[in-house]
Amino acid sequence: MNTFKLFLAGASVLALSTSVNATDLEVTHWWTSGGEAAAVAEFAKAFDATGHKWVDGAIAGGGGTARPIVVSRIIGGDPMGAFQFNHGRQAEELIEAGLLRDMTDVAEREGWKDIVNPPSLLDACTIDGRIYCAPVNIHSWQWVWLSHAAFEKAGVAVPTSWDEFAAAGKALRDAGIQPLALGGQPWQSSGLFNVLMATLAGPDVLTKIYGEKDADLAAGPEMAKVFQAASDARSMAEGSNVQDWNQATNLVITGKAGGQIMGDWAQGEFAVAGQTAGTDYTCLPGLGMREIISTGGDAFYFPVIDNAEITAAQDVLAATLLKPETQVAFNLKKGSLPIRGDIDLSAANDCMKEGLGILAKGNTMPDVNMLNTEDTNNQLNDLFVQFFQDASITPEAAQERFVEIVRNKD
Amino acid sequence: MASERPNRLYRNLTAKIAAIPMILTAVCVFLGGTAWTVVYSFTNSKLLPRAKFVGLDQYERLWGTHRWVVSIENLMIYGICSLVLSLVIGFVLAALMDQKIRFENTFRTIILYPFALSFIVTGLVWQWLLNPDLGLQSVVRSAGWVSFNFDPLYNADIVIFGVLIAGIWQGSGLIMVLMLAGLRGIDESIWKAARVDGIPLWKTYVFIVIPMLRPVFITTLVLITSGIVRLYDLIVAQTSGGPGIASEVPAKYVYDYMFQGQNLGQGFAASTMMLLAVLIVIIPWAYLEFGGKKRG
Repeated sequence: MNTFKLFLAGASVLALSTSVNATDLEVTHWWTSGGEAAAVAEFAKAFDATGHKWVDGAIAGGGGTARPIVVSRIIGGDPMGAFQFNHGRQAEELIEAGLLRDMTDVAEREGWKDIVNPPSLLDACTIDGRIYCAPVNIHSWQWVWLSHAAFEKAGVAVPTSWDEFAAAGKALRDAGIQPLALGGQPWQSSGLFNVLMATLAGPDVLTKIYGEKDADLAAGPEMAKVFQAASDARSMAEGSNVQDWNQATNLVITGKAGGQIMGDWAQGEFAVAGQTAGTDYTCLPGLGMREIISTGGDAFYFPVIDNAEITAAQDVLAATLLKPETQVAFNLKKGSLPIRGDIDLSAANDCMKEGLGILAKGNTMPDVNMLNTEDTNNQLNDLFVQFFQDASITPEAAQERFVEIVRNKD
Repeated sequence: MASERPNRLYRNLTAKIAAIPMILTAVCVFLGGTAWTVVYSFTNSKLLPRAKFVGLDQYERLWGTHRWVVSIENLMIYGICSLVLSLVIGFVLAALMDQKIRFENTFRTIILYPFALSFIVTGLVWQWLLNPDLGLQSVVRSAGWVSFNFDPLYNADIVIFGVLIAGIWQGSGLIMVLMLAGLRGIDESIWKAARVDGIPLWKTYVFIVIPMLRPVFITTLVLITSGIVRLYDLIVAQTSGGPGIASEVPAKYVYDYMFQGQNLGQGFAASTMMLLAVLIVIIPWAYLEFGGKKRG
């Protein structure tokens, strides 16, 4: 009995002492694949080192599943300590409704304005001159990942551009290899199309159509070419019966598929599988057509919580996320580019170095998430998932529906 | 005399008081929530509801959307097939079960068992069974019939029937049990009388037993139709609406636009259309069912 009482007393003292120093901060994100989980563990480690405690609130199933949960928890009055979104217009209304914290003080104290590169990243966090989020990485969509083993088996040289890849499609198919891996989730189809648009028609076309709602341009001959290319991609992707993007990446890793058009987050999967760029796989930024990367990415937002301890912990977390050492450790694991140009990434692999080079040259474009609302993205998802899964839709018919979406977007 | 009659309001007073919380819930939550949804379907609410009215814009966009039209078509096909097949299969199984067979308990348990599984589990199980690389197709092919082709979930034209199989598998057990209970409630003397009169067995079922089972049929009908309208989790688990948008259903459209698309107005408009569809079915039925009785 006495020992039990002693134990209880000890436990309560322990609980008391930890609650004085550390605050539990629940952080919600959707990083659950192998490479992503390894990367987010770096954040947790860095935050725990400050004496607070990172409570991991990972939601499996990607942004489409996680965003509604995050939003309904915030609206429902049960906000988490911090959450990850893609910066852009996804959190626009939450900010306007005053549900998210203004982090300008932290940003000024840490000098984010001077270190964040490219500056457009911070702009995506800024509304009316106030900063509402902490950008943590740059992700670009415009990459194709090619399996050396697959091309060897088909007896074709590894392509250096989308055109060569498309031409090699038949040889791959004849060798019993799936030419292009594409998962069945809707965002993958629209993402693939947006990449084709940015690399074949050029970033200016994309910015004009999505940013300025240029319906005439969307109906024009340049876009018709993009739709034709999408139709080629559709026949190359026919038969890949997978759902998740990392399953599709796995087809490339195992040499069952020739290649996949996917953002640079796919790199983490190659790293986890122990493959090296250049010998096992090749990455082509901008599909080898146009050296360009979009500067989308992930950012952390901090809901308003009426509790001084949590607010203080949120400030610490925001500052920690952008610290040089955290940025290096996180981005190496995640396969994304850091948001500050002043850190040493000599440990980066070839693909990341190529990305860094393009970033340094300033060949960047805004991410689709910064130009479109989720509503428009959802409509595009519906259109392109149908287009890529149903070969009976002609490129012309799809273009007509695309123009309609552009005309009515907000 | 008249003053001594108890006021109708005070009759069964305790029962009425006990019902007040439920009545309040029904009025405030169901009716109030429904009215609010309908009103806000005429606004341009995005992530958060806001009362800026835009007339019928949301409905125009809804009916101009390819995916919504596909969803409605799918629901019609699924609804009609599921209604007919559930009733027919449920009744036939119940009639067979009613033949005083051996091991009736065992069979009844086996047939009812799928109902114990959630739609999510059902959907996943059938996703694997119908997967061409792991399921039925590969089993038949490995048994020697190499050209055998059966992959409904990867064929946009027939994917909804792949979902239908899972739905029927899950639901027909319950219908059978309800029908069986109804059949057991029919007096032995009726069977005997029919036999004495020399009426063939199938005629006994069609002209005597089925009309007597009317209340059971109505119960099962309500259960099946409500299951059809809210069809959502089976689709999510089995196909996620794919391939492409070939197996989308209205409830999924509502969810996707309300939460993923951050467009509440569009989701409200779609759910109002779903409510309207239900009302179109229910009002004439309720009129016939309850209005008719008073006249009779």
